[in-house]
Amino acid sequence: MAPEEIREVIIEILGDIAPDEDLGSLDDAVAFREQLELDSMDFLDIVMELRKRYRVQIPEDEYVQLASMRSTVSYLTPKMSEVAK
Amino acid sequence: MTEAYDTLIIGAGMSGLAAGIRLAYYDQSVAILERHKTIGGLNSFYRAGGRDYDVGLHAVTNFTPKGAKKGPLSRLLRQLRFQWEDFALAPQQQSRIAFPGVDLAFSNDIRLLESEIARCFPHQVAAFANLRSQVLEYDDLDQAAFDISTRKVLGQIFSDPLLIEMLLCPLMWYGNARVHDMDWGQFCIMFRSIFLEGFARPIRGVRLILKHLVKKFRSLGGQLLLRHGVKEIVSEQGRAVGVILDDGREIQAKRILSSAGWVETQRMMGQTDEVVDEETGQLTFIETITTLNCQPAKLGLSDTIVFYNDSDRFDWRPPHHDLCDLRTGVVCSPNNYQYDDHEQLSDGIIRITSIANFDRWSSLSEADYRREKMVWYDRSSDSAVRFVPEFRHHAIDTDMFTPKTIRRFTWHDNGAVYGAPKKRLDGRTQLENVFICGTDQGFVGIIGAIISGISIANQYCLK
Ligand SMILES: Cc1cc2nc3c(=O)[nH]c(=O)nc-3n(C[C@H](O)[C@H](O)[C@H](O)COP(=O)(O)OP(=O)(O)OC[C@H]3O[C@@H](n4cnc5c(N)ncnc54)[C@H](O)[C@@H]3O)c2cc1C
Repeated sequence: MAPEEIREVIIEILGDIAPDEDLGSLDDAVAFREQLELDSMDFLDIVMELRKRYRVQIPEDEYVQLASMRSTVSYLTPKMSEVAK
Repeated sequence: MTEAYDTLIIGAGMSGLAAGIRLAYYDQSVAILERHKTIGGLNSFYRAGGRDYDVGLHAVTNFTPKGAKKGPLSRLLRQLRFQWEDFALAPQQQSRIAFPGVDLAFSNDIRLLESEIARCFPHQVAAFANLRSQVLEYDDLDQAAFDISTRKVLGQIFSDPLLIEMLLCPLMWYGNARVHDMDWGQFCIMFRSIFLEGFARPIRGVRLILKHLVKKFRSLGGQLLLRHGVKEIVSEQGRAVGVILDDGREIQAKRILSSAGWVETQRMMGQTDEVVDEETGQLTFIETITTLNCQPAKLGLSDTIVFYNDSDRFDWRPPHHDLCDLRTGVVCSPNNYQYDDHEQLSDGIIRITSIANFDRWSSLSEADYRREKMVWYDRSSDSAVRFVPEFRHHAIDTDMFTPKTIRRFTWHDNGAVYGAPKKRLDGRTQLENVFICGTDQGFVGIIGAIISGISIANQYCLK
């Protein structure tokens, strides 16, 4: 999957986790927490959804990599390069 | 023997069902074992004499309107992948704290309570604002601040003791497992869920919520096994390996989540009562349910819930010398919610709750038990009509349950509705793969129990 596709996947997941959020105006450089009402339970769901949908394993001490869209995509790019969309 | 489940959940109440959904959604093999023939636990439902009854539901607390992104309700809807509409929550009209000579009305808008305090306690307005900000600052996860004395904190904030008692009354009624005092953490949670968020109810009652929980759990592949009581948790070298059922069958599991209560779960792990040596919960209730041939509003009762107390001191403890203590009580009318399109329950309903003594109720002979139920139906109604209009001449049906009923259908020690006084916020037990959720973990009420099931499942079964 290319970075752009990974971004789409994350948007899709966020849309399922937090259906009431406006994701159109998301700033990729700014932490999710500062733009969306996401708590630690929701962050766990990003991780769990990636595991459920694409079998991507993310160890607990690396959850911090998922702070913003930009950091998430760059963290996932090598992990998901072989994954088909 | 079949393959081990990833997780076995003990109890199909709110917390067990919620935990089950989380785990099944993320593809675990999970079964919920429930001793009773039906689901719901402390908040179940039944049919009697051709009528539908809820066991407990007065109000779903923590109500926030559609679109709210904060608060336990929106959090649990997201976590369980429900739509706001699924729970069909209609907000309350207005409720009341009634003490001799003073009434404080409150609604889902905190400004009403603030203006009532300004009206009745003009010198306490700033103190109430101070309390409100302290409650908002309280961090749910701070175990150290959880069990400090609420009476002490309130005594420092307010100079009028009557207002302290009046504020404690509804919050203790809806979630305090401790006698007389309340944990500060519990107080903050209840203050937010009742005064800052609010009350609501689906017109179809608790069965609607339970139906959604079960449907979702099953559709995700979870197994719900009713009439499957757990007698024993089997362990080897500090780890649980499975359970033995009441009928002797064994089921294996990689981990176990129990919503049966702390002491109750300790017993399943082989601890004798002397070893557990833990205070069990004492606070339990009788509840009368009266069906009327008219809407309660016709009789002048349009409050959703009335919390009453007949003196200036609110005494939250089980009665020692009698079956019940009728000095305080709760009157709830499920009709008095703002249902959509002016839908309404066809019958009028009035529910009255009073504090009761478990030991006295459960040691009565069968004949005495039946007689005492009638006696205390009348007495608790007599007590309540000091604070709400008389309604009994419109009664067309009555039902009632006691601490004995609660114990019989949920197996909670003493029929304790809010569990043990000491909460186990981290959910751990002496076995590394056995966890507790629900009432004794720390979150009570419908929404509290659901949140508890979700967070313990997340923390120990998913990560
Ligand atoms: C009269 C009354 C009124 C209430 N009113 C309200 C209200 O208006 N609003 C509100 O929010 N909350 C209310 N509550 C509180 C609310 O119902 C509870 O806090 C909540 O339902 C607790 O859920 P739980 O999952 O923690 O426990 P439970 O519902 O007790 O679930 C535990 C389950 O475990 C099962 N079990 C126990 N032992 C075993 C075993 N050995 N093997 C298998 N299964 C076992 C039990 O049968 C039970 O189903 C009320 C409760 C009562 C009793």
